Amino acid sequence: MIFTIAGKELRSMFSSPMGWVILALLQFIFGTFFLVGIDQYFQTMSGALRPEQRVGVTEFVGHNVFSMASFIMLFAVPLLSMRLISEERKNQTLPFLFSAPLSLTEIVLGKFVGLVSFLTLVIAIIGAMMSSLNLWSELDFGYLASNLVGLWLLVASFSALGIFMSSLTQQPIVAAIITFVALFALLILDYFFASDPNSILSYFSLLRHFEPFSRGLVDTRDLAYFLLFILTFLTFTVRRLDADRLRG
Amino acid sequence: MDNVTVEASELTRVYGNNAVVRDVSFSLNKGEVLGFLGPNGAGKSTTMKMLTGNLAPSSGSIKICGIDIIDRPKAAKALIGYLPETPPLYKELTVDEMLSLAARLHGVSRGSVKKAVQTAKERCGLTEMSRRLIDNLSKGYQQRVGIAQAIIHNPMVVILDEPTVGLDPIQIRDIRDLIKELGGEHSVILSTHILPEVEIVCDHVQIIHKGELVFNGSIDVLKQQRHGNRLLVGLRNAPAADELLKIAGVTGVEPAGESLLRVSFDEGAAAAEAIVQAAVGNSWGLYQISPDQTSLEDVFMQLTYQDAVAN
Repeated sequence: MIFTIAGKELRSMFSSPMGWVILALLQFIFGTFFLVGIDQYFQTMSGALRPEQRVGVTEFVGHNVFSMASFIMLFAVPLLSMRLISEERKNQTLPFLFSAPLSLTEIVLGKFVGLVSFLTLVIAIIGAMMSSLNLWSELDFGYLASNLVGLWLLVASFSALGIFMSSLTQQPIVAAIITFVALFALLILDYFFASDPNSILSYFSLLRHFEPFSRGLVDTRDLAYFLLFILTFLTFTVRRLDADRLRG
Repeated sequence: MDNVTVEASELTRVYGNNAVVRDVSFSLNKGEVLGFLGPNGAGKSTTMKMLTGNLAPSSGSIKICGIDIIDRPKAAKALIGYLPETPPLYKELTVDEMLSLAARLHGVSRGSVKKAVQTAKERCGLTEMSRRLIDNLSKGYQQRVGIAQAIIHNPMVVILDEPTVGLDPIQIRDIRDLIKELGGEHSVILSTHILPEVEIVCDHVQIIHKGELVFNGSIDVLKQQRHGNRLLVGLRNAPAADELLKIAGVTGVEPAGESLLRVSFDEGAAAAEAIVQAAVGNSWGLYQISPDQTSLEDVFMQLTYQDAVAN
């Protein structure tokens, strides 16, 4: 059932220009940064640095692409997640799902899985692009994998928050804006509390938990943070939809 | 007991301090078509939302084929097909895509999805629209897709909220035929504020007014109320009411608007004939005689009134 709903969401995404445009645009941006990264690598590494200062091509280009990707996704995910529930509310199609023999959890998870599979496609393309470097040099696949996992978790968290915001309103664009603001605030919490790195609030910063992944470090604490983040907002969404049924 | 498909008892729904539906109880047997009648805002849609699990009742219970919809929502919802007021259609899908999505979500097994879609399309006259985007269909066809998605999994109970709204007369006729056909094997509940519609398709009628059930009974009672035994008679030189009452079968006379008289008579009496003869014989100047058909409002008023008297 979850996958039936996820399939429907994917179909809807690809049946409107939105999905294709975002996919193409993201790919264009990542491709550009990939290219610029390689270009800079040759310039930087062509002798001015002492051997111990040099970094591998995976890390150099990877850092370039992945830090950009996490930033770009901040804009892309709200645009994709905004219509998931708000549009159903607006077009009054929610009764279709509510009167089918489905639990609310299945509905929410279906939508989440649909969105995340779309974004997984984007991340898979980044992975493929990076892996293509292996044709000419030796890649550090561990570093690459950790970055991909980190980005995937980050994007999945964005999606969970986006779906929740989408369940709050009838206007997709309002959902997108609130999602963007909320995500942005969460990302730069770290920056606000830079003077006090032990502050509890700064612990909630998404970026702070993404950073170890981008160094190639997969820490279970960060994994747990992302999973809890996703779980929390999906639960909120289920509660919100349940309130629809109870309060009308 | 096996025959009872829908059993609602003491349904109440409160918004704030305002009870939109109050103590509505009824039951429906297999193969019956139940018409929900009432003016706008009477609580028809709210009741239907509660029956389909879209809205939790403030109190009371609903059983679909003996399964409580609050305790076991999944099992109960699998037995219901629901068309809300606005057909819930994903405009970006084609008719086929939409219907197979509906079939799969309602638990039709993978192998039989195609067949279910085909059958539903045939029943709703959609076979030629299979590959069209729902967005590009006319309102009438969208309504049909809405009905098709409600009956695709062959549910025990079909609940249609104002199914003929916004359709042209031919489509209305088609859909009424479809509803009658559905009534054969499913139980159907439909809401409407069009009285003739109820007369044509329903076996049972419920009139709901300000959230309360004011009438619950067979369609025959309503038909009698509507056609009644009354004539509207226009006479230029109207005699005294006593004169008219002398005519065989006539039981009552009362003025109805300008120079018109509403004459009631015994059932089975050929009052029209007698009145015409008397009018000619006494040169009362008859210029109009017609059966007095009551409007929905009148029947509605009468039924609510009767109910008050009965209590």
